[in-house]
Amino acid sequence: MADLRINLAGIESPNPFWLASAPPTNSGYQVQRAFEAGWGGAVWKTLGEPIINTSSRFAAISFNGKKVVGFNNIELITDRPLEVNLKEIYETKKRFPNHAIIASLMVEPSREKWHEIVKRVEDVGVDGLELNFGCPHGMAERGMGSASGQQPDLVESQTMWVKEVAKTPVIVKLTPNITDITMTAKAAVRGGADAISMINTINSLAGVDLDTWNTIPHVAGKGAHGGYCGPAVKPIALNMVAECARNANINIPLSGIGGISNWRDAVEFMLMGATGVQVCTAAMHHGFSIVEDMIDGLNNYLDEKGILSVTELIGKSVEKYSDWGNLDLNYQTVAKINTDICINCNKCHIACEDTAHQCIDMLTDPKGNKYLKVREADCVGCNLCAIVCPEEGAISMIELPREKIAMTWNERQHALASLRG
Amino acid sequence: MRDDSKSFVSLAILNRNFEEVKAGLSPAAAMDESNRCLYCYDAPCIQACPTGINIPSFIKKIASGNLKGSATTIMEANPIGASCARVCPTEELCEGACVLNHSTKPIMIGDLQRYATDWAIKNEQILFKAGEKNGMSVGIIGGGPAGLSAARELARLGYDVTIYEAKSKAGGLNTYGIVSFRLPQKVAQWEVEQVEKLGVQIKTNITVGRDISVNEILETYDSVILAIGMSKGPMLQIEGEELKGVYDAIQFVEDSKTKEITDELIGKRVVVIGAGNTAIDAATCSVRLGAENVKILYRRSQKEMTAYEFEFEFAKQDNVEFRWLTAPTRLIGDSIGQIRQLECIKMKLGDPGIDGRRRPVPIEGSEFILEVDAVIKAIGQTRYLELIDAFGLEQHKGVVKINLETYQTSNPKVYAVGDVIFGEGQGEAMVVSAAQHGKKAAYAIHQQLKNSIIETA
Ligand SMILES: Cc1cc2nc3c(=O)[nH]c(=O)nc-3n(C[C@H](O)[C@H](O)[C@H](O)COP(=O)(O)OP(=O)(O)OC[C@H]3O[C@@H](n4cnc5c(N)ncnc54)[C@H](O)[C@@H]3O)c2cc1C
Ligand SMILES: Cc1cc2nc3c(=O)[nH]c(=O)nc-3n(C[C@H](O)[C@H](O)[C@H](O)COP(=O)(O)O)c2cc1C
Ligand code: SF4
Ligand code: SF4
Ligand code: SF4
Repeated sequence: MADLRINLAGIESPNPFWLASAPPTNSGYQVQRAFEAGWGGAVWKTLGEPIINTSSRFAAISFNGKKVVGFNNIELITDRPLEVNLKEIYETKKRFPNHAIIASLMVEPSREKWHEIVKRVEDVGVDGLELNFGCPHGMAERGMGSASGQQPDLVESQTMWVKEVAKTPVIVKLTPNITDITMTAKAAVRGGADAISMINTINSLAGVDLDTWNTIPHVAGKGAHGGYCGPAVKPIALNMVAECARNANINIPLSGIGGISNWRDAVEFMLMGATGVQVCTAAMHHGFSIVEDMIDGLNNYLDEKGILSVTELIGKSVEKYSDWGNLDLNYQTVAKINTDICINCNKCHIACEDTAHQCIDMLTDPKGNKYLKVREADCVGCNLCAIVCPEEGAISMIELPREKIAMTWNERQHALASLRG
Repeated sequence: MRDDSKSFVSLAILNRNFEEVKAGLSPAAAMDESNRCLYCYDAPCIQACPTGINIPSFIKKIASGNLKGSATTIMEANPIGASCARVCPTEELCEGACVLNHSTKPIMIGDLQRYATDWAIKNEQILFKAGEKNGMSVGIIGGGPAGLSAARELARLGYDVTIYEAKSKAGGLNTYGIVSFRLPQKVAQWEVEQVEKLGVQIKTNITVGRDISVNEILETYDSVILAIGMSKGPMLQIEGEELKGVYDAIQFVEDSKTKEITDELIGKRVVVIGAGNTAIDAATCSVRLGAENVKILYRRSQKEMTAYEFEFEFAKQDNVEFRWLTAPTRLIGDSIGQIRQLECIKMKLGDPGIDGRRRPVPIEGSEFILEVDAVIKAIGQTRYLELIDAFGLEQHKGVVKINLETYQTSNPKVYAVGDVIFGEGQGEAMVVSAAQHGKKAAYAIHQQLKNSIIETA
């Protein structure tokens, strides 16, 4: 049994699986059920001035019959009075002293407002704070959420205000609705944040109804952009975590969020630098009990690899993530088709023929059986055929023996410059 | 004259006939199917599994690639989970309850269960640990599914467990009674090993009541579990039963699992009497041994048959013929005592008996003759009455009486589980129910003995 405990900037939890600030963490009843099911921590649904939510709030993207590949919402922060939330946080913490409870906060960009709310939530005994600079809708119109999260100077100053009074660790939650996430991440660092979490949801419109021509979702016939999350956003989130992890100026712990559905996703985020992860959509799709496999699967994975503590995973793949200019231009792979496994759907052929490099030949052997073969000399090793192939193992990408020494673009430019020198 | 080259080829084919009929799911198929499961809350499939396996959980674990966790979830609830994946009548149990019956098609729960447990078998996983010894001991008589299941749970609870098994291998009917092409012996043996690795001692080739006395057993252990199953088939009580070529189905199947496959039945006409699980196994086994024609004779109609629908289908696919409302009246042999003919009589259904099934009554003068080379009797199993009496247990027609909650018999020290308590309206003889009995008896024993553990501690 591996040690699954983590310590994120001083916030301890029995495992790296936290519920993200969202409907699953709306109330004490829910968070307590989640802790009973095994979740290690919960970031409470964002607290602030109570708001009014619309009816009809969510929509989801199904893709080829798979439900909830992506999830879209126009929900705002908590619509329950602050006192009620504070009372329930207090009760929940008392019942579950070893689980992490983090209060997510969002107020107007005013020093007094931040001071006031920080003191009130810390008084009831939270383990940490998460500043929500991320919600892309509703609150942004009021100068909060992603509106402040998109401006590095506002991120910095508000973080600073919180740090002036906060006694518990402060996590700054970043919005992905920005060109370069490291800009706001660095602002949070400058403001004194103890950790950053990412990502909040991405601006989105889930769809348009073909009969009514209404947006999906709609509120009395009108729609507004929402926030996108769920499995579809994982690659976006993973990149943002990785970009922060490998940035020398961002050296505070990261909490990974976005499309995490199982233990495998969690391992990926941790390898890319996250100290722990947060989950929303997967819990909304299947209920709290999914954490059972997350814990069990992670534990079995660590045992199998002979890793004693989950913290040993943190950041192990970061050094493998770099800039394009540092990739070896002389490295070459080619596709190889295993005709024993191939089921002859010819999808690889047409993918290569129409949209790649026209190097998978459709051939017939002397017995009249059709088979496919890659002309290796023309294959550029793009992976497309292996991606579209439905049969595991039918196409493998093979490394070719090196013909030239490794040379990256940057090295090449450098060499050229010195030649011109 | 025997053509050796021909019979060599035939034997090779016959041996191949006994390989498992159904292939396991491929990784891609398992991935597709596991992702199709809805992961229902309060899932009806769990309720429908007699051992209460958390089905959505083990399926989700297949989908996430946590195969060890998946196998653990299965085997935790069902110590015989690898065998059950193959022999459970799933359409009557879990798959029959799957919510997708109402929309598309049910999840192939049995196949997924097999996928996960096959992984554990192949990767030589040890899934459970013995509990800290608590100083108490339990003796179990019979190493079939019921006995093994009880042993597994008791060992995890810290008991010193000894199983007495009459045969040379444990596993009960899973090892000896269910045909290899549905349940290979190695699967049952893996389950036996899992139990042995918890420190359970399995004393094979020891028949309780003959090699060791009942009293000695009762005196040696703090609790005793009777898990002896049932015995051979009963006699038909008709003329000619001693003829050569007349077999008991249980023995017949056992031979196919333990002895060299023979070419004796190649090209022969076989009649199986009875239409329960055993009859189907004996019939399909005969087909695989090369019989040219196999008929199942049943004195009632198809509706009353106790074999499951899937078994019926399986037999039909093997070209087994069914003769409903037909009963044997006489076995007729030739001068050297070999069976040659079977005299039968047509039946009709009369008034319902106590079990609610309509009683078959003979139609006078409808006798007819079937030409046969072999007859296999599969009309149920008899009871080990002598042993049950030696324990002095209350029973009715050999069905041991128990407290339905605790599986305790009329002797408070003795519990009874599995086929030994099946019958006369009590339960259904299934591997999965035997496994569940074993678990429950283990917990009941723990409940009963726990207090004395605390006292002595
Ligand atoms: C041909 C056939 C096909 C079947 N097919 C299916 C199926 O597809 N699905 C299904 O769910 N069920 C099936 N069953 C039923 C299933 O096999 C039984 O319900 C199950 O094996 C009962 O388990 P058990 O442990 O009670 O008894 P058993 O499996 O009979 O085990 C009892 C054990 O006790 C031992 N024993 C008996 N007396 C003594 C003694 N005096 N001393 C020491 N040891 C003793 C025996 O040798 C045996 O190993 C089938 C049964 C048969 C006969
Ligand atoms: C309905 C809904 C409401 C949300 N509300 C909040 C919120 O109040 N505060 C916040 O910081 N994030 C909120 N989020 C964003 C999530 O915390 C999380 O960052 C995002 O959903 C990505 O994770 P996921 O892919 O696991 O869902 C919300 C998300 C959803 C779907
Ligand atoms: S890797 Fe790309 S170029 Fe090579 S065969 Fe496949 S699709 Fe064509
Ligand atoms: S199918 Fe029924 S139980 Fe399931 S979500 Fe819909 S309403 Fe609820
Ligand atoms: S009822 Fe069917 S779909 Fe639902 S959890 Fe069980 S197997 Fe899956």
